[in-house]
Amino acid sequence: MSVRPNLLGALLAILNLALIIFVGAFLYLLFGDNLVETYRNQPVPMDQATYRSAGGRNSVDAEEEIVNGIHVQSGLIYAEGFDIVRGNCTACHSAKLVTQNRATREGWTDMIRWMQAKQGLWDLGKNESVILDYLATNYAPEDIGRRANINVEEIEWYLLDLEE
Amino acid sequence: MPDKKVTGLHELYAQDPVEADKQLWGRTSDPVTRRGFLQKSALTALSMALGSQMVFAEHFPAGMIPAGLANSDLPFSLPGKRAGLVVLNDKPINAETPPHLLDDELTPNDLFFVRNNGIPPQDIDVSSWTLTIEGESAQQKKTYSLAELKSTFENVTYNLTLECGGNGRSEFNPPAKGNQWSTGAVGCAAWTGVRLRDVLQDAGVKSDAVYVAYYGKDTHLSGEADKVVISRGVPIKKAMEEESLIAWAMNGQDIPLLNGYPLRLVFGGFPASCSGKWLSKIVIRDRVHDGPKMTGQSYRVPCKPVAPGTKVPDDEMCIIEKMPVKSLITYPKTGAMIKRAARLPIRGKAWTSAARIKTVEYSIDFGSSWNPCNVKVPTNRYGWQGFFASVSFPKTGYYEVWVRATDIKGNAQPMLLPGWNPRGYLNNACHRIAVKVS
Repeated sequence: MSVRPNLLGALLAILNLALIIFVGAFLYLLFGDNLVETYRNQPVPMDQATYRSAGGRNSVDAEEEIVNGIHVQSGLIYAEGFDIVRGNCTACHSAKLVTQNRATREGWTDMIRWMQAKQGLWDLGKNESVILDYLATNYAPEDIGRRANINVEEIEWYLLDLEE
Repeated sequence: MPDKKVTGLHELYAQDPVEADKQLWGRTSDPVTRRGFLQKSALTALSMALGSQMVFAEHFPAGMIPAGLANSDLPFSLPGKRAGLVVLNDKPINAETPPHLLDDELTPNDLFFVRNNGIPPQDIDVSSWTLTIEGESAQQKKTYSLAELKSTFENVTYNLTLECGGNGRSEFNPPAKGNQWSTGAVGCAAWTGVRLRDVLQDAGVKSDAVYVAYYGKDTHLSGEADKVVISRGVPIKKAMEEESLIAWAMNGQDIPLLNGYPLRLVFGGFPASCSGKWLSKIVIRDRVHDGPKMTGQSYRVPCKPVAPGTKVPDDEMCIIEKMPVKSLITYPKTGAMIKRAARLPIRGKAWTSAARIKTVEYSIDFGSSWNPCNVKVPTNRYGWQGFFASVSFPKTGYYEVWVRATDIKGNAQPMLLPGWNPRGYLNNACHRIAVKVS
């Protein structure tokens, strides 16, 4: 046997390998983002009662710590859309301006329009619906009537010693 | 942050809050050159106490509080402010005073609420600070240095109550956007300065003057250098009132940076947003002023009453001028548990945009019956008035003490929320505290 067929085989193998790598890279560029997204841990939405009691009063060093479904550093609820909300909203103002407010989807839309008209907020593009979904889901209004009861659970009761 | 250090800080503070404040913030330095808490020495002291120099050194001068700190229960998370203020927002800084910390006759500087729209100016040089008067209805453009203001015009001091137009917003339903103030966006201090009218008249006011408005040195959150943060004002009639001040001192000290150091306007009886901070320019307008937060829906309520949740177009919204009659129970703090045999002393503050408060009453049966409180005589118009009473309870159990003020014009506080409005202004519903008698 001459050396030729071997050389050809090796050449073919190298070509095949190159093709596989090329196709692999091509596919990754095409679908990689979606693939990675699929395997990423998805935030778990939580119910209102849980986050209310959590309060966001903890002091933590880690920037990304999540406790009881709350992103500790910002106080925002860690749910679908969190990253986009944090990225767009806290660029200009405190997350507290989000967490202390409650509104319907329409109400949150109005606030975005107002910030765009008066406060220099940019066009949110396709992120807008993600942000609105997040806000309307996690920071929706509750009906508290014309005057809510004093929140007796929240009061710190203390003994007051008075002269009798 | 190491727990040990934080506890140490708490302890230091618990021992003597005033002294701790002085030590940590260096608030007693040279009154002329001092830049308050921005001083490096004060920063260093605080950083050392915290054991985390980098965090504070980086964020502090930018006028922002790191969220991790603002959310913690560390004392004084706000520069120049005492522990116990409730921080609603740290960019821009907004913090309110719980009712039991408003018990002093005049609100101490380090307990006075903060409502900022932008970022306070940095590196303030008092010696080069100027105030310019101009505008369509000014007879000339005239500029004064701080020293000229102090020496040219009569120096006066008045007790003036400042209350944010949105104080009490958190109770509105449907909710209104903005900082969700509960009861604490209010305070009353002795303000020292010159009368606005003296300065306006010195520059010259044309007969067609309609409005007087301010510009300050704070900067916009977006970082745009030329973007005005807020520029509001008052009708010329209000500007010309005896108690309308250009002030440089608060309770005999420099005004805290967060409250407008070194110069601000003070108008009692109007929403506090009219009282411009870090004051550098006053314009005398021949029309209603149209600066940021003067137009649209800001600091406006429906001209005619609307049902809760109504969308009101801009042209049917009217500028808020007078703040309503209101009161707070400042002693005891809500949640007191007392013995049946004791009488409970209560104290509080009442204020109005009218000439004075006429009566304050309390109720322990949800308004079925009202009993009078003693009301102190005001030093001047727009200063709040202390009141006190001694309450006895018929049997053991859970009670709420409600308080209602009525001013000389006959305006009284409602027990329910007053008229709903889109932005949640002017909530003057009665304040109440919970008491258990055993």
